[in-house]
Amino acid sequence: MNQDLSDTLTDSNSVRSITEATVLFAGDSGDGMQLTGSQFTLATAFAQNDLATLPDFPAEIRAPAGTTYGVSGFQLHFGSVNVRTPGDEVDLLVAMNPAALKVNLSRVRRGGAIVINVNAFKPHNLKLAGYNGVDPLADENLLKDYQVFKVELTRMTEEALKDFNFDKKVVDRCKNMFALGLTLWLYSRPIEPALDWLSHKFANRPEIQKANIHVLKKGFHYGETTEDFIVQYRVAPAKLEPGIYRAIRGVEALALGLVAASTKSNLKLFYSSYPITPASDLLHHLSRYKNFGVKTFQAEDEIAAIGATIGASFGGSLGVCATSGPGLTLKAEGIGLAIMTELPMVIVNVQRGGPSTGLPTKTEQSDLLQSMYGRNGESPLPVIAASTPGDCFHAAYEACLIAVRHMTPVILLADGYLANGAEPWLIPSTDDLEDFHVPFVTKPNHKVEGKEVFLPYLRNEETLARPWAKPGISGLEHRLGGLEKEHETGSVSYDPDNHEFMTNLRADKVKRVAKFIPPLTIYGDSQGDLIIIGWGSTEGAIKSAVDRLRADGLRTGMVQIKHINPLPPDLGSILSRYERYIVPELNKGQLVRILRDEFLLPILPLNKIQGQPFKASEIVDAAIAHCNQ
Amino acid sequence: MPTLPPINKPTRPPSRRPPTSSATKPKVDRKAYSSDQDVRWCPGCGDYAILATVQRLMPQLDVKRENVVFISGIGCSSRFPYYMETYGMHSIHGRAPTIATGLKASRPELDVWMVTGDGDALSIGGNHLIHILRRNVNLQILLFNNQIYGLTKGQFSPTSEIGKVTKSSPFGSVSPPFNPISVSLGASSSFSARTLDRDTKHLTQILRRAHEHQGTSFVEIYQNCNIYNDGAFFDFTEKATKSDRTIFLEHGKPMLFANQTKGIRLDGFMPVVFDLEKGNLSVSDALVYDETTLELAEIVSRMSQQPTMPRPFGVFYSEQRPTYEQLLQQQVEEVTKKRGSGDLGKLLHAADTWTIS
Repeated sequence: MNQDLSDTLTDSNSVRSITEATVLFAGDSGDGMQLTGSQFTLATAFAQNDLATLPDFPAEIRAPAGTTYGVSGFQLHFGSVNVRTPGDEVDLLVAMNPAALKVNLSRVRRGGAIVINVNAFKPHNLKLAGYNGVDPLADENLLKDYQVFKVELTRMTEEALKDFNFDKKVVDRCKNMFALGLTLWLYSRPIEPALDWLSHKFANRPEIQKANIHVLKKGFHYGETTEDFIVQYRVAPAKLEPGIYRAIRGVEALALGLVAASTKSNLKLFYSSYPITPASDLLHHLSRYKNFGVKTFQAEDEIAAIGATIGASFGGSLGVCATSGPGLTLKAEGIGLAIMTELPMVIVNVQRGGPSTGLPTKTEQSDLLQSMYGRNGESPLPVIAASTPGDCFHAAYEACLIAVRHMTPVILLADGYLANGAEPWLIPSTDDLEDFHVPFVTKPNHKVEGKEVFLPYLRNEETLARPWAKPGISGLEHRLGGLEKEHETGSVSYDPDNHEFMTNLRADKVKRVAKFIPPLTIYGDSQGDLIIIGWGSTEGAIKSAVDRLRADGLRTGMVQIKHINPLPPDLGSILSRYERYIVPELNKGQLVRILRDEFLLPILPLNKIQGQPFKASEIVDAAIAHCNQ
Repeated sequence: MPTLPPINKPTRPPSRRPPTSSATKPKVDRKAYSSDQDVRWCPGCGDYAILATVQRLMPQLDVKRENVVFISGIGCSSRFPYYMETYGMHSIHGRAPTIATGLKASRPELDVWMVTGDGDALSIGGNHLIHILRRNVNLQILLFNNQIYGLTKGQFSPTSEIGKVTKSSPFGSVSPPFNPISVSLGASSSFSARTLDRDTKHLTQILRRAHEHQGTSFVEIYQNCNIYNDGAFFDFTEKATKSDRTIFLEHGKPMLFANQTKGIRLDGFMPVVFDLEKGNLSVSDALVYDETTLELAEIVSRMSQQPTMPRPFGVFYSEQRPTYEQLLQQQVEEVTKKRGSGDLGKLLHAADTWTIS
């Protein structure tokens, strides 16, 4: 934290303390809005606020400049209070061009602030944004409910860099730093993290480094000196649980969770993947961790990725692959083989909007039923879901643990919002991570007529898991395969009774995972009028909704289900303590079907399929409407 | 545990032999590599000869049985691993290269063999085949080519000749075939060879060389399907025609065939047949085969599509280059040396952190 700055601020009358704020940076996809948002996030983490982010960008790398579909946004909600969602309404919109204003104006709260780069409001851009010759800045009706700050962002950036002898393109790329500097000042954020980052990032390009730092500072100073901004805001540090924190994105947390599982289990991590949005970042992270013995394999296609994972698991490694929606579809047959061969592995699905190519960069939870049932034959496997960016770490660790303990492929569900979103993360002590014992078999496990033999499908009585025997040990030679296995011997069997027996056994094995699921935690009222059941990335929005509903006098509880298959054993008894039930999901109603099937209760779905996460208010409104019926 | 149905098992455990100590080198023969499973190929199938040859060869190779793994896809040939008393996996259609790659990349010390067929490797698994060849994973690929889909009961395959009448092409196939050797060379194979089920001596010799080669060894084995495509290769295997219709490539030796009465020479880029007994040309005019020259391998592999030319067998191409798993392992070691062994606690804290007390 910038000590001098905070001292000045304390003495100033124009500083207003607030508990939370939501800022949205929006501009062309080439304007560097994601970068601006990430840097503002780091500064906010430095200021020790709680936070949640929502990067929202087009699937095209450089969508046509100035168009509404080319708008890239980064929304950040931060506060001294608990922050669980990226914010229902925006308090400050930074609009770098007319299209950014057009797309995002409706998200700004009445009375909220809009910083507008007026230099971009030229006839050509106005036309591209669909303002058809009418300048919104001149439209008093349109903006009358907002505090509008017209800033000559482009011109001032050009002015700041006039001595640098850069071409127009380079100068233009620096203007996001002006916006960042100004916004940092406006919310009393420290400027140091961004300065450090720029120094590091452009260490080999001193001129560019100097220019960016110069513009960043100009933006910050502009806030101080201009009289436009009569109020500066201050957000006190959040009261989080004691410990050491860092800001973390979901995809980073997934990577760290997998490395942690590998380290604690002493299993080599073999990670195999084919590039796909938004799962690719996991490959990018893991490929950097080679000194942890991690081998990453960029496969020729999605099917090869699951195949290599199976091969590595057969060899005794911790096999992991990750993909997104359409990739999971391609992996279906391979996952079936993993179920039949009963080899441990984790398949991470970073869900995105579907069907088909759908909305590659937008979030959705519509692969739950695919994960549960999207394979031929009776092919159950454990399915677990991460609920916040930081929880991705623990979910990845647990997925590996379940896979190895129960000798089964596990599907771990995340989504685009979790993977790209960030939050402050209490760094766990490695000693506190659950023990991870790997029961490799090292000698024959059975006797037939006095002879020692190895039966690859002999069962552990507690878990029903079969033994894991690594190639390389004499006396344990065995063959696996996709054909039905005879109980215990693992020989090919077409016996009708054996097939039914093995089908039931594989299902029972997955059910046994439930014995290891800890009791659910209820948030809010432990009995009452309404329970909201969530899974995955909806947790934050639901918790915020529960707070508001309880403040309104509705006795409301919520449970977040991490284990979807099998379900937590105490879920049924918890549901029985409430009058009504709602399941909010970013799909057409998938968990709700599973729960209705399991508990035969009139559970209400609440669905949103817009590629965007829930706002807490949407859940509050639906809950009130339901309870008033 | 659910109630067990009335099965009087295990009667045929997959591994009957007690573990052998590696200190005393056990005596191994064909039986040591034969599993207890009944072999279920059709009587008279070419697969039997290949299985027997492999089972006889394995004990002669300098490898421990417990380090051997056979991986296959789907099809008649892919039942192979069940009959080998080694580690193995009968996987899914076309995907054996992916599983073998994951296994070998993570366990470089294992001796991995892949068994596949023309449909498995060149149709449904075509993509994986070209990529395993390009990467040069150190393992042996045995492609049993019978030019037909056997297990699905007789449809034309990607190596069936054009015009072939099958159940799925009653008026003749209109799809031109792949030449597997040319495909492998095009995919940057580091070792490409062709042999036959009915010439066990040559088969043994080629498999031995394939095993010696460091990298992906691609071996196409002409295999007779006596049910759906009987006699597809009789021109090359039967006494009456074999001599005139085949030529066996040997590195550094002139390309001669038909009991040394005919030779192959190059006319520009075109291989042509000449008679040693008539005319003015002699052995010294024959093309001396060089298995280290890719261009030559490509020209000679294309002779397979010319009905007037003898069919080449043997090692078409062999090249030494680093294997995929070596490079992968090397990178892990180099990065570890540079950065030191990973420390999980440090990694979790490797960001801007702050403390709340």
